[in-house]
Amino acid sequence: MIKDYFKIPAKEIRRRKMRSWLTLIGIFIGIAAIVSLITLGQGLENAIEKQFSALGKDKLFVLPQGGFFGMGSSELLTEDDLEVISDSSGVKLATGMGYAFARYEFNDLIHYGFISGISTDPEERALVGEAQTWKIGEGRNLRKGDNYKIVLGYEHTQEDIFEKRVELGDKILIQDKEFKVIGFLEKIGSPPDDQAGLIPLDAYAEVFDSGEELGFIIAQTKLGEDPLKVAERVEKNLRNAHDVNEGEEDFDIQTPEQFAETFAIILDIVQIVLIGIASIALLVGGIGIMNTMYTSVLQRTKEIGIMKAIGAKNSHILYLFLVESGLYGVGGGLIGVTIGIGFAKLTEFAFVQAVGPAFLVIKIDWILVLGTLGFSFLIGVLSGIAPARRASKLNPVDSLRYE
Amino acid sequence: MKKTKTLIRLKDVWKTYYMGEISLDVLKGVNVEINQGEFVVIVGPSGSGKSTMMNQVGALDVPTKGTIFLSGIDISTVTESELAQLRGKKIGFIFQQFNLISTLTALENVTLPTIFQNVPEIIRLEKAQNLLTMVGLGDRMNHRPNELSGGQQQRVAIARSLVNDPEIILADEPTGNLDSKAGKQVMHMLARLHKEEGKTIILVTHDVDLVKYSEKTIYLKDGEVVKIKTNHRATEG
Repeated sequence: MIKDYFKIPAKEIRRRKMRSWLTLIGIFIGIAAIVSLITLGQGLENAIEKQFSALGKDKLFVLPQGGFFGMGSSELLTEDDLEVISDSSGVKLATGMGYAFARYEFNDLIHYGFISGISTDPEERALVGEAQTWKIGEGRNLRKGDNYKIVLGYEHTQEDIFEKRVELGDKILIQDKEFKVIGFLEKIGSPPDDQAGLIPLDAYAEVFDSGEELGFIIAQTKLGEDPLKVAERVEKNLRNAHDVNEGEEDFDIQTPEQFAETFAIILDIVQIVLIGIASIALLVGGIGIMNTMYTSVLQRTKEIGIMKAIGAKNSHILYLFLVESGLYGVGGGLIGVTIGIGFAKLTEFAFVQAVGPAFLVIKIDWILVLGTLGFSFLIGVLSGIAPARRASKLNPVDSLRYE
Repeated sequence: MKKTKTLIRLKDVWKTYYMGEISLDVLKGVNVEINQGEFVVIVGPSGSGKSTMMNQVGALDVPTKGTIFLSGIDISTVTESELAQLRGKKIGFIFQQFNLISTLTALENVTLPTIFQNVPEIIRLEKAQNLLTMVGLGDRMNHRPNELSGGQQQRVAIARSLVNDPEIILADEPTGNLDSKAGKQVMHMLARLHKEEGKTIILVTHDVDLVKYSEKTIYLKDGEVVKIKTNHRATEG
């Protein structure tokens, strides 16, 4: 019997192809949007997590509060803070960085991009490189004794920024100060990073007249230390140094895990908003199913009468119509899931083309697929309840007379 | 004298339709008894209340007043679901318009009533195939109604009416949409079902020529039974 509850409605859906397709479109647009958004969101979350875990779990990032790496904040970190952090229990090494938006001039062309001032001490430089996942692709890194030298991001090796590639040994003007290009970084995948540059912290202080101010501080915890506990100690020491109470800190300490969590929360909020919008499309699709089912009940009034005459109970008619509307839901769901995953995979392909492989990896989440199919079936069934009840309550005599 | 069992009994049955403030009595105090194994023809001109009476006899509708007993059960006392089950088990319907489901094949149409009675698939398929073969449509089982002639469609309907092995076959103008040859075939089939399988046949028609098949003829006029004639001859076949 259960098989027949599916067989009869499936034949009816096939009989009215055009109407069925139009009904399905209403559902699969919503489902495709939801599936692609969730799949892409999961892919992005994984990518972000991967990026942050690449930083290493033993790192702490100390930033001035209210700004972004020192930019736009009235509060700034200083060399004194770096000393406080370095002296904190559990901290193996700490280094300060300057971070600014700068004017780059080369080949008589001007370009604006980020620039970082980093320590030339080999250990500290290594810590920065590890924390920022920078790797030298060409030439060499900054080293002790370098002053007006610069390591440029990957895109400077292309012709896009200055209409010709920058070569090792070329001179480039940063805020009107001349720097000699000594190396290029490997491609990172994010355009702002690939268009940036690294200069020694001393040169940075001179160019930006920042004195002892630092954009942010990176610290590495000692082996076996819990980064969160070390962060608490650093926070306490900085509070004392800044003479502020708990909750009134003018700085922020974050671990890569916390960074990842923050990004994940932002991403979740964006996803929820977008899925909410997509749900409206799904609701409209549900109303489409309801409309189709009401039309179907009208068109099949006589058939309902026949079935009742030959022994169908009200419940039999109800189930037949509910299954039909459920099939519209699940059919739309199937197409929607396919399109949604297809779209997500296409986006992954576009990402690979734009920023290189392994940044965004889209994985098919079968729980999501099955959940979505179940959900779309439910939408179909819910949309079909009112029309199916109407069909089941039809009077057999009147229905048989209906033309 | 042969003892007969009353299968259907209409006792002072009235059916009134209301259209706003106007009421129309279509059946006016009908009293009829139909016995098991009888071939009954209900005959009357258009507007005499034949179809309304068929709906009452077939438990498709309940009377405004009066009682109807089907196998001893007062149909006004049972629920809608029980009534549907009763119809499915006890009565096989044959309609003038054939009333087959257009999306289903002949075989699927014949098996449909058994689905509502929860008959296992293997049994229902066997039954339906046998019945279609019996009505001469063994080679048309997978054809849809629109691929069959009127006569063939009516034979599918006959097979469908028999699939739950009902005691009563209720036929409403079964030859009305057929040419005379196909009409004759259908009547011969009904006569054979009555004679060989002992089915109770109730035939509703305006065609007085079909009276020759009956053992009992109920004449209806203006919603009233004007005459009941019993013919003790065997039905023609």
